[in-house]
Amino acid sequence: MKRLSLMLGLAVATTAAMQSCKMKTAATAVQGDAASKTYVAPGKYDEIYNFVSGGFNGQVSVYGLPSGRLLKVIPVFAVNPENGYGYSEETKAMLNTTNGLIPWDDQHHLDLSQTNGEQDGRWLFANANNTPRVARIDLTTFKTMEILQIPNSAGNHSSPFITENTEYVVAGTRFSVPLGSEDVPISSFKDNFHSTASFISVDKNSGKMDLAFQIVLPGMNLDLSHAGKGPSHDWFFFSSYNTEQAYTLLEVNASQKDKDYIVAVNWKKAEEYAKAGKGKKVPATYAHNTYDEHKQTATSEIKNEVLLLDPKDCPDMVYMIPCPKSPHGCDIDPSGEYIVGSGKLAALIPVFSFSKMTKAIAGKQFEGDFKGIPIIKYEAALHGEVQKPGLGPLHTEFDGKGNAYTSMFLSSEVVKWSLKDLQVLDRVPTYYSVGHLMIPGGDTRKPGGKYLVAYNKITKDRFLPTGPELAQSAQLYDISGDKMQLILDFPTFGEPHYAQACQASLIKDKQVKYYDINKNGHDYVTMGEKKANVVRKGNRVDIYMTAIRSHLVPDNIEGVFVGDEVYFHVTNLEQDWDIPHGFAIKNNPNAELLIMPGETVTLKFSPDKQGIYPFYCTDFCSALHQEMSGYLRVSPKGANVPLKFGTGETVTSVAAK
Amino acid sequence: MKKLSQAGLMSIPVVIICLATLWFFPMWRIDMRAPQYPDGLSMQIWINDVKGDVPIINGLNHYIGMKTIHQEDFLEFVFMPVSIAFFMAAGILIMVLKKKILYYCWTGIFLVIALLSFGDFYRWEYNYGHQLDPNPPIKVPGMSYQPPLIGYKKLLNFEVLSQPDVAGWFYIASGLILVGITYYEWKKK
Ligand SMILES: [Cu+2]
Repeated sequence: MKRLSLMLGLAVATTAAMQSCKMKTAATAVQGDAASKTYVAPGKYDEIYNFVSGGFNGQVSVYGLPSGRLLKVIPVFAVNPENGYGYSEETKAMLNTTNGLIPWDDQHHLDLSQTNGEQDGRWLFANANNTPRVARIDLTTFKTMEILQIPNSAGNHSSPFITENTEYVVAGTRFSVPLGSEDVPISSFKDNFHSTASFISVDKNSGKMDLAFQIVLPGMNLDLSHAGKGPSHDWFFFSSYNTEQAYTLLEVNASQKDKDYIVAVNWKKAEEYAKAGKGKKVPATYAHNTYDEHKQTATSEIKNEVLLLDPKDCPDMVYMIPCPKSPHGCDIDPSGEYIVGSGKLAALIPVFSFSKMTKAIAGKQFEGDFKGIPIIKYEAALHGEVQKPGLGPLHTEFDGKGNAYTSMFLSSEVVKWSLKDLQVLDRVPTYYSVGHLMIPGGDTRKPGGKYLVAYNKITKDRFLPTGPELAQSAQLYDISGDKMQLILDFPTFGEPHYAQACQASLIKDKQVKYYDINKNGHDYVTMGEKKANVVRKGNRVDIYMTAIRSHLVPDNIEGVFVGDEVYFHVTNLEQDWDIPHGFAIKNNPNAELLIMPGETVTLKFSPDKQGIYPFYCTDFCSALHQEMSGYLRVSPKGANVPLKFGTGETVTSVAAK
Repeated sequence: MKKLSQAGLMSIPVVIICLATLWFFPMWRIDMRAPQYPDGLSMQIWINDVKGDVPIINGLNHYIGMKTIHQEDFLEFVFMPVSIAFFMAAGILIMVLKKKILYYCWTGIFLVIALLSFGDFYRWEYNYGHQLDPNPPIKVPGMSYQPPLIGYKKLLNFEVLSQPDVAGWFYIASGLILVGITYYEWKKK
């Protein structure tokens, strides 16, 4: 047995020679006191909320740190039959686009709203990569409140990064496409394809988003982004690849040049140009979906115009900084002075200096232009290079103590280095193939220097196997000391790309516990059981239903026919925390509902067969939850069955026609 | 007739102010706690109302067939303010007349009101705890649900604590002042 583990250890050691001379396996990677650092005793709360992107599941999951416990999955870009999101009449509009209702997406990055460069715990922004969209989630209810579609974009990847006071959320194109919908040959890429950087303004008070303007850039792939801070407050930085402008076999053709660019955008200038009328209003259709808290209903508005800013007409707005090979992360340190580019194919990490960049611009130290956009000389903007950091640097976060931490995809490790002298200080392996990493507040002016989480793509031997597909993992490291220490790994839901985290105290006490029923402004609210009603108009039947422990009113409904469109408007009358009621109907192909206390939600049911359809509460609400049910009688079309409804003593009443 | 002493006279406005708190603060509270209600439930009884988590408590009580609590079901909420208001007015009259014997009567009336209110409170709790719906969803053999008049009691998995609230303490204080001054005046003659 010992021999076997020794041999296995040797095998690992040879493949992981780059990492460390000490052999590390799943079992030996953790030191003795790790458990005590992540143990959150029953009845105690976690320190930190960790918001993790859901990747291809289109949702956002919320974990507690340091325990790694999953607290909630917030549906954002994906329908969720669990609670009716995207299925209920109220929320269908949230997923509306100019291509109809799109019930899924690829959710990559998240950003928590900030004030003065610090997290303020108000909103969480999320991007949809596939059908370009940006969503805003309210952190008092953990509900998606708004989704804005982005026109003239494909692969909304460098998104939704925000400025220091949440003035703007950005959305940068990964796949360049022609503007508008003109029919052009793919081979005309260089002439007809463009990338755009969209700037979405955010209302200070309501959070409401608005597509303020788009900056038209040459055809290339924008990858990631981050806003400046402090001295670089006015600037936004995007990493790019495929500045070769290839349109086929990118794996080879987009890796030709030694350097791609970091695109530096002066968004303050852009804002001024937009206000001064330097932009061009062009037709573009995109959906803007908002959820009205008072009406408890989402509406979708189709907008028809967007303001384009062309760098040609707007001098000093955009500059290019050369950055070695296909940069991914583009991260700004807490002081706002250093811009870290991560060439994912480069064997070094270039660190640029904001003050040097502005000096170079002032002194016109350019080395030509890219489609009219000035290229700053590499050396003129460079602070220095981190030598031999590892392979495949992707993304960097900061601890607020002068250190940077970069994820290395190819060599599967996290590398800690010093911003001051660019020396590598420490490295730890990840299990396995880390993508992004995250330090709570690690991309703000005030990072929390206690924990780092690595989000891994592969897990192999980390958890109990589950068939061909294994869970991805998140790994928690204690970074409070000189040496990073792995203290926990936990499986994740979906494939997390990026994450955000903040102190629990910032959000915990702001939670809405229930909706005030007296403020319920839903068009189909039922204010008390006495108001319960069934109304027929043609073949549309509206059922005004109430739910309270442990019954539904009405719970007997007759006089509904095959072919009717039946709308169950269920109002949860409870005024108590954590007492949602569910609602489901037998054979309903739609979904079920979860109705929060004080809320009204509508489920549509179109019976196409006669019969008795039981309906019931699906959320175990009380000792008499099983009894919380009723019957809908569906009769053949044209049958002589009067419309009747009632519950218990209220007897079956006949609705006046 | 003997005149009231200076102390006796001064006690009257103090008692009136103490009683006036009944209109600004709850007089009694019943706190409940159970594992599924970690933050606890609380009901505050005012001179003319019952407030707090009453809807939630009503919801729970329906399991065991207890009547739901509604402000309009209590005649006490009319009688109490009226009788206390009269009592306070009487105090002003005594302050003008300054007669010892009237002060003794005043104390006597207070004690009668206090005794009656406590008796009524007990009857109220008894009825709620015992007059249960014969067909409740949950029936625990031999169980009644009368809350404690004052102090702590365990009812099923609920811990119940019944105690005076702010105005209740002022009410008790005014009773102590009244009895104390009466005793003092009595001794002095
Ligand atoms: Cu229920």
